Amino acid sequence: MAIEDDVVVVGGGLAGMVAALAAARQGAGVRVLSHADSTLQSASGLVDVLGYPAAAGDRNAVASGRGSEAVGERPAENGVGDGTTENGVGDGTTENGVGDETTENGVGGGTACGPVADPFDAIPDLPERHPYRTVGVETVREALALFDEATGNLYRGGHTDRNALVPTHGGTVKPTARYPATVAEGLASDDRPTLLVGFETVTDFDAPLAADHLRAAGVPFEVRGATVRFPGEFRADAARTRLADALDANERVERVRDGGGRGAGGSYSTTLPARRALAAAVEPHLDGAERVGFPALLGQHETEAVLADLEAELGAAVFEVPTGSPSVPGMRLAGALRRACREAGVRFTTGNPVVNYETTGNGEQDGEIAAVRVDRNGATVPFHAAEFVLATGGLVGKGVDSDRESVREPIFDCHVPHPEDRYDWFADGAFGDHPFARFGVAVDDDLRPLDSAGDATFPNLRAAGAVLGGYDFAAEKSGSGVSLATGLAAGRAAAREVFQ
Amino acid sequence: MTDTEVVVVGGGSTGCGVARDLAMRGVDVTLVEQGNLTHGTTGRMHGLLHSGGRYAVSDQSSAQECIAENRVLRDIADHCVEMTGGQFVQLEGDPDEYFEEKLAGCRECGIPVEVLSGQQAREEEPYLTKSVKRAIRVPDGAVDPFRLCVANAASAEEHGARIETHAEVVAVLKNGTQVTGVEVRHDSGPGKREHRRAGERETITADHVVNAAGAWAGQLGEMAGADVAVRPSKGAMVVTNCRQVDTVINRCRPKGDADIVVPHEATAILGTTDVEVDDPEDYPEEQWEVDLLIDELSKLVPILGEARTVRSFWGVRPLYEPPGAATEDPTDITRDYFLLDHADRDDLAGLTTIVGGKFTTYRLMAESVADHVCGKLGVSADCKTADVPLPGSEDFSVLREYMDEFGLRSPVGRRSVQRLGSRADEVLTTDGPNPVLCDCEAVTRAEVRDAIEGSGTDLNAVRIRTRASMGNCQGGFCCHRMAAELHPEYDESQSREALDELFQERWKGQRHALWGEQLSQAALNYALHATTMNRDRDPAEGDGTLDFGRFDSGAPNRPEETEARDGD
Repeated sequence: MAIEDDVVVVGGGLAGMVAALAAARQGAGVRVLSHADSTLQSASGLVDVLGYPAAAGDRNAVASGRGSEAVGERPAENGVGDGTTENGVGDGTTENGVGDETTENGVGGGTACGPVADPFDAIPDLPERHPYRTVGVETVREALALFDEATGNLYRGGHTDRNALVPTHGGTVKPTARYPATVAEGLASDDRPTLLVGFETVTDFDAPLAADHLRAAGVPFEVRGATVRFPGEFRADAARTRLADALDANERVERVRDGGGRGAGGSYSTTLPARRALAAAVEPHLDGAERVGFPALLGQHETEAVLADLEAELGAAVFEVPTGSPSVPGMRLAGALRRACREAGVRFTTGNPVVNYETTGNGEQDGEIAAVRVDRNGATVPFHAAEFVLATGGLVGKGVDSDRESVREPIFDCHVPHPEDRYDWFADGAFGDHPFARFGVAVDDDLRPLDSAGDATFPNLRAAGAVLGGYDFAAEKSGSGVSLATGLAAGRAAAREVFQ
Repeated sequence: MTDTEVVVVGGGSTGCGVARDLAMRGVDVTLVEQGNLTHGTTGRMHGLLHSGGRYAVSDQSSAQECIAENRVLRDIADHCVEMTGGQFVQLEGDPDEYFEEKLAGCRECGIPVEVLSGQQAREEEPYLTKSVKRAIRVPDGAVDPFRLCVANAASAEEHGARIETHAEVVAVLKNGTQVTGVEVRHDSGPGKREHRRAGERETITADHVVNAAGAWAGQLGEMAGADVAVRPSKGAMVVTNCRQVDTVINRCRPKGDADIVVPHEATAILGTTDVEVDDPEDYPEEQWEVDLLIDELSKLVPILGEARTVRSFWGVRPLYEPPGAATEDPTDITRDYFLLDHADRDDLAGLTTIVGGKFTTYRLMAESVADHVCGKLGVSADCKTADVPLPGSEDFSVLREYMDEFGLRSPVGRRSVQRLGSRADEVLTTDGPNPVLCDCEAVTRAEVRDAIEGSGTDLNAVRIRTRASMGNCQGGFCCHRMAAELHPEYDESQSREALDELFQERWKGQRHALWGEQLSQAALNYALHATTMNRDRDPAEGDGTLDFGRFDSGAPNRPEETEARDGD
């Protein structure tokens, strides 16, 4: 019997889940097809909307200060390979990926490029084909409202339009619109004296170094760092999630203490609950700090209780510093959104990749998409629906693929604008103005992917999130916001079509 | 009274080999190198330990030297060498005569050979193309040029030599027709390199100067007023993310581009091209070279066509021609080495240049230089470098047994001990926990700290000593972890600058591998460093005017903090 839904969303990351949630809230029957863990697992869990005006290629002394290799050498000519001329609205070929934003912003947005205090103010100044411009600033606001409601107590930041500056595990600060509640006490615009605590075996976060770095960044608070041993017997390569589990369960752990002075009776051991043992390890370093930051591993599920216990033991506020993969806050967020989706009636089918599709017409280009096919150990299973949302991610999530000759979207073979010569896909400095960062499908005003002629590829396919081209989420710090806003817009549009 | 008896210019394999040889003979040596050890050609070669098979037709004396030195290195540098074995593979359509010539040549040179049928060749190397006609098996191997070079330098230091990296020669000192030393510019003061430490100039006087500057030997010669006609020739190499082959695969046909695949650690290295360049520092690294290597070598090993490549790099061969040779095609220039006695040649005493040659015979070249210099200095001492193992290769076999002691999981322990050899005990025994910092190459904190001790804040020097950041992720997951190990011994800004330098270096080579999986990896690295860490907009790099007051400082009414509970 054929599997049939109103809306099938391909991809279970932030954009996919928000699209599913938005469509389901409108009453559509929605299924999410997801293959592997989404990039949420690798992302910090911060929800950026817009941290910087679109890149101008003069970011950071890192790239420009090294002398020999200039950054952003070839700004405008990048679009050339595509063989299209000037962009008109709806052409979407040259403009979406590559060249013109560089020139545009190199002039206007340039100077020193400090972070944007109010992302909603800055959105109208983005290039015309930026996904935010496509969906409009109101949609961004609505998407955040949906996000706030769906994640409930898990997130903060909705009280203001302004960005927050959050300390990163690399010791910088970065602008973000929403942040996990566990991060709230750590904001850089708060002047309370701060202690950062790292663990010997958690190698992505060196607390004393991060503290010195924050000081170099001019933060308005006193900050010190200390490295302690995570209490208990864990292997040196224990995953952060394993340490989080120990705090969740409040496992009793051995605590070895020095028995007074050197040689005076050696050491003795005792067992303590993990949270208390952790607080005891940190306490000697407190020295007047009013808040204490840990790498983000304070429990996967019992986070609130872990924080509360640590705060009570330490007599100071406690916060998390977000890290990269594996990201505990990212996992918490994925879990919360999945719950919200399930409550709204969304079905999930996971573990197998969507490999291709079926159309209603004879010729591929003529019909609508009738079904997507999932590969299950070599057998293909079709999933039918009236409307489809493509939310498979970008290069990182492998929603955009490439070989030595070209860049493509692998499931529907949607057109991905890119320079012909692969040596025009990147800039010379590591933080240069990379054309590859903007790779993705070009879409019309209703988020339908465009073919190379600028026409909608399928009437019932919309794209959301990082599979979209035309923006550099890493430079702008806009990844989550674009996923939310385009996810909402694509999901709502799909539901609208279902009920039309 | 001079500062030192001999100044060796150049910290590649030859220079380090000369320094070790002289130091072991009791000569006081100072080695100066403009960059890291292995900065030049040594750090940019394919890692082939020649059996001599490649030269068995065209240059038999080189072939004989190769097989002899191949055997020596297996003894003295066990921890740098992997005896993979190699094949010269004849495909259908490749000339029979050349195969026979190659076979005969190897036998004449004393290179042990065995002829394999096409089927036997494919049994040994299943990914070889089906159109293999037959192959010659030879004792080729893989060698880690970084480790070998660093071990030579370490041995030289143990014997009293001074090794100065990041010390560029800016002048050759002369007194009339006598070379009397060099003037160097230190990047960060003498000793270990330290970012953000001011450099200075230093005059180092010596009785003799050895020019082992490789591709830069001509420039040094010029400073001294001697014409040394180095003809630098670039070659490209492509690194894959896994070992598609476990033996060295050579195409058995007369010289040509793109005819060798060398298994190296967890990767395979495809080589190479051969194009003369004007400037060893500045030459084009071209797309056609990358494509040629992949396309041509996938005829030999078809899965290479689909392989994930992690980066490409280029090296410059310091080829030399005696005056008047004027060979047209750089591929015809001899690979032999030349010792130039400038006293005889240019009436310039106190200077000897060593040019040309091959990595595999570096020790032999060093020996002949040391013999020559000792003759000039009146030192009579025998060369010991062929007999005394390098640091790391003493009693190596014993150590393989007890890697478990270091509390490392087996693949990590195995790889650490392979790299460190007999130094494993000293390096891996630590007080605190010893987590893995580089997951791709299984490099632990202890190994990184040991390397920092040897090289200061230069993380590229740490990289070549440990292989950290050389795997699939090309440093995306580990560069910042390595940099963190510099702190607090070095301050935050030094650590930050060292991180930036390593990250940019890793990016440079990756640019030639940006499609498919590696483009996805590059996008992930970019996201991690720019999005998650915000390293691209680091306010600490800015003008210090970030107005924190304009940003959210938290909700006005924080939710009441939960009271402490006594849950345990």
